[in-house]
Amino acid sequence: MCGICGCGQPDGTVRIMKISAEHVHEHGHEHHHHSHGHHHHEHGNGHHHHAPVAQAIGGFQPGKTVLQIEQDILGKNNLLAERNRGFFEAKNILALNLVSSPGSGKTALLERTLADLKNEFPCYVIEGDQQTSNDANRIAATGAEVVQINTGKGCHLEADMVHDALKQLKPADNSLLFIENVGNLVCPAMFDLGEGARVVIMSVTEGEDKPIKYPDMFHSSQLCIINKIDLLPYVNFDVEKAKSYARQVSHITEFIELSATTGKGMEQWYEWLRTQLAVDKQAVAT
Amino acid sequence: MHELSIISSIVDIAEAQVKKAGVQYVDSIELEIGELAGIEWSALEFAWEVGVQKSVLENAERHIHRIPGRAQCVECGRRFLMKNIFDPCPTCGSYFNEILSGKELRVKALTVS
Repeated sequence: MCGICGCGQPDGTVRIMKISAEHVHEHGHEHHHHSHGHHHHEHGNGHHHHAPVAQAIGGFQPGKTVLQIEQDILGKNNLLAERNRGFFEAKNILALNLVSSPGSGKTALLERTLADLKNEFPCYVIEGDQQTSNDANRIAATGAEVVQINTGKGCHLEADMVHDALKQLKPADNSLLFIENVGNLVCPAMFDLGEGARVVIMSVTEGEDKPIKYPDMFHSSQLCIINKIDLLPYVNFDVEKAKSYARQVSHITEFIELSATTGKGMEQWYEWLRTQLAVDKQAVAT
Repeated sequence: MHELSIISSIVDIAEAQVKKAGVQYVDSIELEIGELAGIEWSALEFAWEVGVQKSVLENAERHIHRIPGRAQCVECGRRFLMKNIFDPCPTCGSYFNEILSGKELRVKALTVS
């Protein structure tokens, strides 16, 4: 029904399942946990005003009650995101929300990262896609623990989905958690998952003006990765221009240019991860 | 289209309020949405009908207060109306601006009976 990103009914079923390397290609043994992303439990936020006010919208209407509630529409998601954030802080988990358009190489970047870092840190992955567990299968093959979230008709992950996925994933203390959001540069921007940092990935096969076309996503990110730099000789992509566009619309000061295929630039990304994790540790210690 | 999940959250809020107030219907709903909140107006319009189906908002009148984006330049202090979050300061051209309003996404009031 949607001409923008293809999502449909509001009650599209969300499916969350743990994928293990042994069960990669078998779908018969998975435990499907149906969680309904749009029927959250109520969490009072203490700011509700229920006092009936005599004055109605657009003038006085006898027999009607006006409830002045002033309630934040994203309030529930934000509350759940803060719960996730508290969980991550308590366990000193560096949680990263990886966002990009489809096909920028998020999963390839993760595969390589997990292969290279798995002996250094415990790594966990939450994969978000509308359908299939293809990405989780790829991740599981690296030996990392992974949970796949299929959003069904949804075009982004929400905090409650991550919350439910965490219950299955059970990440260890002092670990790295990569949350690969649904490939979409529009919708995931609005939904805080409780992450420690948001990392936006663009690739040189895309237009360098992506940041100004999708400013909200860049605006809410802390790091920008420019992937597929091995293809730079063959494409018309001006790296400096892309960075300057990103600086216009965001507070991003750090850019990492890399190729997940050849491995060039990956060390800088690992350094960034190590620094972030060290910062997190200090935050817990002090 | 995240507008649909936004509408879905609005429905959740309305249903909870209706239940608490012990009433049946929402006659009208008042929303405050900022111009910089990332809402596509036409998508909201388009998704509303589907989103409120079979809910307490199905027949509710919808009033939207669009709150203009306002920002202040961090470099020169100029306050200005911001249409997009990447608009530069009209005086000095800086992109380093603090957003003062326009990110709102609120259910302000419900009229129930």
